This record gives sequence, C-alpha cells and structure tokens, in this order.
Amino acid sequence: MTVRKNQASLTAAEKRSFVDALLELKRTGQYDTFVTTHNAFIMSDTDSGDRVGHRSPSFLPWHRRFLIQFEQALQAIDPAVALPYWDWTADRTASASLWAPGFLGGTGRSRDGQVTEGPFAVGGGRWPVTVTVDGRGFLRRALGSGVPQLPTRAEVDSVLAMPTYDNAPWNSASDGFRNHLEGWRGVNLHNRVHVWVGGQMATGASPNDPVFWLHHAFIDRLWAQWQARHPRSAYLPAGATRNVVSLNDVMRPWNDVTPAEMLDHTKFYTFDTLA
Amino acid sequence: MSQLTRRRALGATATVVTGLVLTGFARTAGASSEPRTADPKHNAGHEGHTGYAGHEGPQPFSETYRGRRIEGAPSHGDGHHGGYAVQIDGEELHVMQNADSTWVSVINHYETFATPRAVARAAVIELQGSELVPLT
Repeated sequence: MTVRKNQASLTAAEKRSFVDALLELKRTGQYDTFVTTHNAFIMSDTDSGDRVGHRSPSFLPWHRRFLIQFEQALQAIDPAVALPYWDWTADRTASASLWAPGFLGGTGRSRDGQVTEGPFAVGGGRWPVTVTVDGRGFLRRALGSGVPQLPTRAEVDSVLAMPTYDNAPWNSASDGFRNHLEGWRGVNLHNRVHVWVGGQMATGASPNDPVFWLHHAFIDRLWAQWQARHPRSAYLPAGATRNVVSLNDVMRPWNDVTPAEMLDHTKFYTFDTLA
Repeated sequence: MSQLTRRRALGATATVVTGLVLTGFARTAGASSEPRTADPKHNAGHEGHTGYAGHEGPQPFSETYRGRRIEGAPSHGDGHHGGYAVQIDGEELHVMQNADSTWVSVINHYETFATPRAVARAAVIELQGSELVPLT
C-alpha cells in the first residue's frame, strides 16, 4: 500500500528514488503530458462556464485523481516511490531542506529566475521545460518574491473549521471549505503557495515544477483532515448542477471516475500521519 | 482573424480611447487580507463598471510598458476570456475574468488583478523580455 510521507522526513535514499523516477518520467515524455493536461483545464475552467479542475467543487477530487495517475506513472518506474507532501505551514522558508540541491534545488537567480542547482536545473540536461507559453526552456522560481509569506497553521485551521464543503455559485466566488482552501476567497491557501514559489508554478503550466505534486499532495491531505473533522459534511452539490461536476457525475478527462469514488483516499494510499 | 488583422483592429480601437484616463496597476497579489477587487471606479473606462462575462467589459488600452507593446480590447470570441482579448507585442495573452470581476492570465494564474491592463503589465514583468508563444 502506498504511504505518502512528509517530504521533511524522507531519507536521502527515498529522495533519490523519487527524483530518479521524476527524471525518468520526464525522459520518456510522459511527464509533459501531465503539464499539458493541467494547463488545458486551467485555461478552460471558467466561473461562468463548464469547470472541472479548478474554481469548482471538483477541484479536490479532480486533483486527487490527477495525482493518483501521476503517482501510478512513477510507480511503473519504481514501485517503491510514493508522492511526498510539503507542509508549507511548517517548512516555510527558502532554506528548508525541500529546496536543497540534493532534492528539488533552490530559488532562481535574480537575472532570469533560472534554477541553477539540483536535479532540475537546466544545466544538468535532464529537465527541459518545453510545455510553456514563453520561450524559456528552463525551470524558474522566485521563492517568496510574489508574496512574502506562506500560509500559517492558524490560517489553515481557520479553513479546516468551515463545516460546509462548497456553496452556490460553485465557483471562485463561493463561500465554504473548497474555495477557501483553493484560495480565491479569504486567507488564501492553495493559490498563495503557487504565487510564493513563482516561476512556472505561478502559471497555468505549474506542473513543470516538481514541487507542484508535493504542494497538491498536502492540499489533498488537508481535504482528508477536513473530512475527519466534519464526518457529517458531504461533497456538494449532490444533485445535477449546470456546468459543475456533482457527486455522481463523471469527471473529464477520464470520464470514468466520479467525485463519489474519490472521497475515500484510503482505497488508494494512506498518509504517514493524518494528525 | 489573422495576427496582422487583429493587431490592426486593436490599434484602431486603441486610438479611439487615447486620452482616456485608464486605471493604474492595481495588484492584489497573493491577497490574503487585501481586497481582491479594486474599487469599481478604478476599472478602466468612464462608464463606471465592468460587466461580468463581457457585456460591458473594460475599455481598450494600448501602451508601451517596460519596452513591450501591451494592448487590450473587447473581443467577440467564445466568451471564455470575458469577451476581452489582450496581446503583448502582438501575441495573445490568455486572460480570464473571475466572477468578482478581477482578472488572471495564463502567466499569473493564481493571483488576481483588477483590470486586463494590470494583468498584462504583470505578465510583462514575469516574462522578463521573453516572447509569448502559443502553447504546444
């Protein structure tokens, strides 16, 4: 059974296995198909139209399914690999071990934002950035530049306390847990972390940065924590709703999976701790 | 519409509004406690409001910002852009209007901006001189 661990507690060998699997997925071309899929949904999910991956109730089950598919692709390369999660309330500076040259590498240099250290630096020749809207073929970051502070534990707790999963109009204007976690409203959790990392992570092609998966694995864990805290709260909407994926509707692009089938993560993986 | 024709059209509409006082660069980045939507009077144009989904969208703009030509104008596309198109040096920047009337672009997709011009300026800063290219 897959166990997703806090990235800060990974051994050096576990980090190496994870990085090696990422590089191999990149080499085969499969990695970039995930970037393309994410960007296509980012550009087509709109507040007033059809919306599946973002700014909608299915933000959480969609990304859960997306991460499972990605994790399975890594495990086809190395069955021992699981997606780690990044608790950005705890590891909240550019000096965290997450950003060490032996793991994800650090922030970008000031001149052009280029990440110059670590396995994903363009100089290593193994991480070409090709699915992008500008001509720059290298991984970029600007840690803490777009916004100075990552969310705090207290801010996370204030969102986890919200009892209602989501509300009409089921988009970026909604009240409730999902939209506050996504960050279009309120203290801003998920969106703010993308902005804090900067570079490709701030764009529609954000999965170009491997930290995308660690960020979303933590968002996914927050969903599981919210479920544990509110056992009587359910995914909404339950009934057919225009432009929105309700509980038993199938989600694009898979068309064979519903939010209802994504509610229990323990069918697919567990966490080192959910406390 | 070809790139050239679209540029010419944008240039023509932009000429009409030369002299209008347009909005400043209202950035609501990362936006924890700051208001996410600019005061409506700061929205471009003298009509005093922007209509969501493009019925009464922001006014056109055309300017050179940090050495880049940025242009924006209402469009009659598929409506996914809020009925508004933005270009940087003639290449389209994918933009989207949020339900609260703020804007994002594909370059800055997780932070909101008060106007299409603000989102274009933010993209210029982020691009650091590199060209927009259609996504492969």
